Amino acid sequence: MKHTISVLLQNKPGVLSRVTGLFSGRGFNIESLSVAQTLEQDVSCLTLVTSGEDTIIEQITKQLHKLIDVIKVTDMCEHDNVEREMALIRVKAEAHTRAEVLRIIDIFRGKVIDVGPKSYVVEVTGKASKLQAVIDILRPIGIQEIVRSGTIAMTRSHKL
Amino acid sequence: MKLTGAQAFLKCLEEHGVEVIFGYPGGALIDVYDELMKNDKIHHVLTRHEQAAVHAADAYGRIKGEVGVALVTSGPGATNAVTGIASAYLDSIPLIVFTGQVPTKLIGNDAFQEVDIVGITRPITKHNYLVKDADELVPIIREAFHLAKTGRPGPILIDMPKDVLTTRITYPELKPISMRTYKPTYEPHPGQVEKACQAMLKAKRPVIYAGGGVILSDSNEGLTELARRLNIPVTMTLMGLGGFPGTDPLSMGMLGMHGTYFANMAVANCDLLIAVGARFDDRVTGRIDAFAPHAEIIHIDIDPSSISKNVRVDIPIVADCKNALGAINAWFARSTEFNAKECMEKNRPWHEQIREWQNMHPLGYVEETDIIKPQFVIQKLHELTGGDAIITTEVGQHQMWTAQFYHFNKPRQFATSGGLGVMGYGFPAAIGAQMAAPDKIVIDIAGDGSIQMNIQELATCRQEKLPVKVAILNNGYLGMVRQWQELFYNKQYSSTVMEVAPDFVKVAEAYGAVGLRATKPSEVEPVIREALKINNTVFMDFVIAREEGVYPMVPAGKATTEMLLV
Repeated sequence: MKHTISVLLQNKPGVLSRVTGLFSGRGFNIESLSVAQTLEQDVSCLTLVTSGEDTIIEQITKQLHKLIDVIKVTDMCEHDNVEREMALIRVKAEAHTRAEVLRIIDIFRGKVIDVGPKSYVVEVTGKASKLQAVIDILRPIGIQEIVRSGTIAMTRSHKL
Repeated sequence: MKLTGAQAFLKCLEEHGVEVIFGYPGGALIDVYDELMKNDKIHHVLTRHEQAAVHAADAYGRIKGEVGVALVTSGPGATNAVTGIASAYLDSIPLIVFTGQVPTKLIGNDAFQEVDIVGITRPITKHNYLVKDADELVPIIREAFHLAKTGRPGPILIDMPKDVLTTRITYPELKPISMRTYKPTYEPHPGQVEKACQAMLKAKRPVIYAGGGVILSDSNEGLTELARRLNIPVTMTLMGLGGFPGTDPLSMGMLGMHGTYFANMAVANCDLLIAVGARFDDRVTGRIDAFAPHAEIIHIDIDPSSISKNVRVDIPIVADCKNALGAINAWFARSTEFNAKECMEKNRPWHEQIREWQNMHPLGYVEETDIIKPQFVIQKLHELTGGDAIITTEVGQHQMWTAQFYHFNKPRQFATSGGLGVMGYGFPAAIGAQMAAPDKIVIDIAGDGSIQMNIQELATCRQEKLPVKVAILNNGYLGMVRQWQELFYNKQYSSTVMEVAPDFVKVAEAYGAVGLRATKPSEVEPVIREALKINNTVFMDFVIAREEGVYPMVPAGKATTEMLLV
């Protein structure tokens, strides 16, 4: 089963390689990864998606905890959370398809962020499944390039 | 007053009570060595290989119960230290390895003797540091000592660029260490302790399975108290030997691949397994689904990631073994449900069963009159040292025979590379052990293969005037691999025959040490007696039965009950 794990880290050189080294060294797999600074300057948040049986996920969480630079590890699957990914897609946009591309992007609440004579670069965010849907629909029109970010996640706010 | 980085480095070691360090100089460390010459508080032992420096520091720390310190230069000095670091990591030994590094400005340039040792050792250290700013040097060293010895201990590496060692700094004041991200759990959860005690109260066929954590946490007394009060038989891992007296009637010796028949049978049939500071290593468990299949499992360990890693655990207790055993002993001391007599009575059939297994297949070997059996040598070493020597080993058959036949009664009496299994560990470890305990008899029990992995340390022994004794069980083979080839590879002794070997007596003499040889069983005792009398390094070359095997043996991947016996 897929798990999204959120890891708060000290923002120091080499910390990312401690995490990725742990995964490769112990034979765990990383499907996606995303890291950036948090509100605190010296703390980064790393979100990774991995898969495995519960015992493997338990080991991953414990091993991450054991790294000296790791502050907190949260398995997002144990919480109600929101997850997002972003994709930048360069799609063919010639005279006869431009309108169609715009319509599709609009349906998925995406944005055109760069316009060229024969193509658009569009930005779409959402869950992985939504991004896949956009890609599937745009493919017949002609996708030239795709760049996708890793998943990022946050727990939902407490309800009143 | 301002100090150079090199001066601050030594001052910080002194601040931590370091008296002995093991190392090897080089260009990147020349400033430290310059200061070392003027320093009369820290004794530097010059080994003849960086790997040996790290093993010596490892054993020094084990025997003394302190943090060992090694100092090696950049590049090849650092890479030579890698095996020593990995060994300490797998055995959870508190150790700090300082490496020299090229000047900060040259890092990343593929400079002469530059290597990214922090990158290389990331998976084999508890933590490591590259000191980029001279002002950070002392705080990092202080943090390293704290990390090395607290929680689950382990090796720490500190990489020190040359310019950091020459920069002048103000020596920072000592402040209590507080780390936001590192707070090991020392105290057991009372609810878990209660559950564990209730399980022990109910158990009819309990077994204690004690590992290296018992030694590391100095909880041998607590363990002994528990075992004796509840009359629970104890088996130990290789790393746990000495954690419970090996000659105690409750001791079943070692378990696992070369464990005793009765220890393995007891674990396979127990209804409660109490694992203390052990990590369910594959050499202990054999086929995992057949390991203690009927047992409820209590696991005491300070490292949460050890729990349920290989074997599912019913009652985990994350804590320092000493505190956990203390809490359990206290529970029984005040419990009204516990009655010592009843407990004895309840366990009686279990003890009878274990005794029956022991009598069925006791640990033993076939004695011969004209050829030396290796087990006989170890028994004699045990007898003639009163069981009180500090023993180190290399890795292989001799290591298992030592574990089986030298019955360790005390903790910190035995140093062996358990997890990584390093041939070449024992001799430098004996140097570290002798430095830690100058008045003790220190014996490295070695094979003729493994002694050659760090035989150059004879020079270190001589330079430090160490009366280290080395007992070489010489069978002309890489015996353990040969045994596997005999049993599972049609006796194809591929590359395990030591066709060319040095004359160990002459090698010892070449270094100014003493060499003795025994080729007949009747010569074993006189050779050991003589060696123990000599105040010098002694190589004892015991020419042993060439194809003697280590038994019992659980073939790899089999259940521990499927032992091959003598």
